[in-house]
Amino acid sequence: MSQPAEAVGLRNQVRAWWKHLPVLERAGVSIGLELLLAVGLFFIDHSLAYAVIACSALYWLRRLPPLPWKLAGQLVLVLAFIVFGVWSLAVVLAIAFAVFWLPPRYRRWALPVVACAVTVLYPFYQDKMFTIPVFGVWPDVATGVYMLVFVMMAVGLNIVVGYAGLLDLGYVAFYATGAYTAAWFASLQFPHTTFHLGAIGIDPHLPGIHVTIWLLLPLAGMITAFFGILIGLPTLRLRGDYLAIVTLGFGEILPQIARNSDNFLGTGFNLTNGPNGITPLDSLGFGNRLSSWTGHVLPANYLQCCNAKVLGHQIQSTDLFFWTAIALLLFTVFCSMRLQFSRLGRAWIAIREDETAAAAMGVPLMRTKTWAYASGAFFGGIAGAYYATFKSATFPGDFFFNISVFILCMVILGGMGNIWGVIVGASFLAYLNQEGLANTGQWINTNVHIGSHHPNLDVPLYASGIYGLIILVVMLFRPEGLIPSRRRAAELHEGVHDEPLYDAAHAGAEA
Amino acid sequence: MTDATAPALGARLKRPSVVGLFGMLFVGLLLLWLGINLVKAPSDFFEILLIGLTTGCVYALVALGYTLVYGILELINFAHGDVFMLGGMFTITFATSIFNLHAGRGFVAVPIVFAVLILSMLACGLLNAAIEFVAYRPLRGAPRLAPLITAIGVSFIIEDVGLAWKGPNYVTAPDVFPHTKVFSFHGVDYGWNKLIVILITVPVLLALTYLVQRTRQGKAMRATAQDQEAAAIMGINVNRTISFTFLIAGALAGAAGLLYSLYVTTVRFDQGFQLGLIAFTAAVLGGIGNLPGAVFGAVLIGLIQAFNEGLNWHAPGSDWTQSIVFTILILILVFRPEGLLGERTPEGG
Repeated sequence: MSQPAEAVGLRNQVRAWWKHLPVLERAGVSIGLELLLAVGLFFIDHSLAYAVIACSALYWLRRLPPLPWKLAGQLVLVLAFIVFGVWSLAVVLAIAFAVFWLPPRYRRWALPVVACAVTVLYPFYQDKMFTIPVFGVWPDVATGVYMLVFVMMAVGLNIVVGYAGLLDLGYVAFYATGAYTAAWFASLQFPHTTFHLGAIGIDPHLPGIHVTIWLLLPLAGMITAFFGILIGLPTLRLRGDYLAIVTLGFGEILPQIARNSDNFLGTGFNLTNGPNGITPLDSLGFGNRLSSWTGHVLPANYLQCCNAKVLGHQIQSTDLFFWTAIALLLFTVFCSMRLQFSRLGRAWIAIREDETAAAAMGVPLMRTKTWAYASGAFFGGIAGAYYATFKSATFPGDFFFNISVFILCMVILGGMGNIWGVIVGASFLAYLNQEGLANTGQWINTNVHIGSHHPNLDVPLYASGIYGLIILVVMLFRPEGLIPSRRRAAELHEGVHDEPLYDAAHAGAEA
Repeated sequence: MTDATAPALGARLKRPSVVGLFGMLFVGLLLLWLGINLVKAPSDFFEILLIGLTTGCVYALVALGYTLVYGILELINFAHGDVFMLGGMFTITFATSIFNLHAGRGFVAVPIVFAVLILSMLACGLLNAAIEFVAYRPLRGAPRLAPLITAIGVSFIIEDVGLAWKGPNYVTAPDVFPHTKVFSFHGVDYGWNKLIVILITVPVLLALTYLVQRTRQGKAMRATAQDQEAAAIMGINVNRTISFTFLIAGALAGAAGLLYSLYVTTVRFDQGFQLGLIAFTAAVLGGIGNLPGAVFGAVLIGLIQAFNEGLNWHAPGSDWTQSIVFTILILILVFRPEGLLGERTPEGG
């Protein structure tokens, strides 16, 4: 493979030359190029140039012999940031370095624990964080909630797409089902019925159905899972691309029903309040009794909490929603991981890799696929219900096809089948969608100009095109995603026999 | 749960199935509904029928693109609808910027429209072939869902190209098709603008049939659709044939874009995706991979849409068009995935 004599074409020649370069020279060339890049970027934005140098330093530190050089380098880097006054970055780096100095068996546990701690504490240090070049300030806590909710949905979709290999282009239908479940059972939507069950912070004689959100979250999950089974039973025997289209169809029909059902089937019954959506929803909270029992550690009502000051930070209701979302996400991740290595999870992987072989080994195809759908839908429903509660509103306009593709893009970018990859990909894309693109656009419009001509791009307008580009580039150059699952990567590079057993279309045509 | 015990198709047909009965009942009710509407307002009914026929023609051109590509690659080319949308924008740009076409220029418009037709077909064909080269060809050996996913990505990219190019609002096309009547019969008016759509569609369809059935290149397409490896062994350049198929499909989308933009006179960047899905439904309805089926399905969908939006007596109305079309899509895929006329690859047969 690596015989330079055979190298034809400029690209291969360069590659061969690179391969045979001694390590030290290779490092020299790379560092030189990186410095050149930094100098070039210096003229656009100073901080970007520093960021490139810092990243380059981080990368090359990894390759140094650990003691004493790596340690010394890391100390120098941390000290440098302290000297430059970027305290927050220095602390972040110090924590990261400390975790990676742990021996592997501790690191395995320390990494998720530290990640959790860092996330939980985020509201306390968010305003003290450094400014990222291009992307601007760190996302605020409300964006954090948004990110967590979408990570939850991506982890749910990952069960369907990543584990079981069924392409679902209508995941937004599950999101919508969850959101509307929460909206129906915790708002003034049905004024002719009065039913209260543990709802917080409202007059007990208020009309409408008011069930506590804590009950509604699992309920929404279950209703959505049931809905997923309902969709799945007739459609899951279709082959992959037809299944994708059918799910897309459901994903388009459902929001339209939501939009048109302020006069449900012409009966005059207002089911969804049409394009105006259902708002407001009841608030989340633990109620006065539970709150006073726990010495007001658990807030009675999320929306009327906030007089406590912890660690110099005024607790906001957004913070409470943020922490609750973390708890839900941890639950989702836990379930997803347990599922992955369960009997069912292995059956999913078997189906994904070779349906015929899996069926021959006794895996019940329909039941296994339906379970994948139901599990994915369950988490989508919870996430939808929670997000509706957080926004205190549900609009049919939130459930476009774009959102389905957006969540799919998260799964693909992160790495289909790998839960850590999906979490990283989803948080990044959700951040981009909420704040990142706007910030990037602002940066481009202030810093990039040709002569006196400024581009004045409205970057968030092109969000879906940017996701399309991400999907295209990832599928072409790294189909296994940023953080691949090893198994999935092998499949995607070697190809698998995905001739389905239930080939309904062919069975009909060729019989 | 498993359908290992499912009876063969022949046995299933002989036994009157519940699904079949329900299907017949449904079709019967539909015909009854149409009949009542016909009796109540005959002139409206026929007028709507003619409108449906016209939209059906536009859908047919787009649906043929889906079906051609599906026949040869078994790929649902999501980007096709957006290529169609760009076709409309190409048409508007060529017509207004190059030829300075506007309403009321008389018969000078005829050669100009033909020139624009050729240009926009060419542009869309090349664009579609380029899409194939960039986004689908590198994934020839990958799992089947991989190119489908890139197709969605490409669709979004093209949509945003349209957005960046023409902005978020409707782009207006010159209203060059004359609105004078071909005939007027008992209150049923048939305008020239509708006839022109059919007059342009039919020759394009004939040319396509000739191309696929009678030419060497068409033979290569049919062979590649049947069996890529065997076609390659017989000396057919498979990659070039696939590119050619995309070129043809894109050209059809370009023609559809011209007809749509000049007939409806407005185009917006996000219309391609919806219309593409409707056309895809038409292709599935007729039997994907089946060229006459695509036309048949498209006319049927065009009629269904027109009746739904136009009829007065108990029609769900345009709010529900999309839901109805997708329900048809789902029902067809679940209960009769081979379509009404049977699934075929473009070998015609």
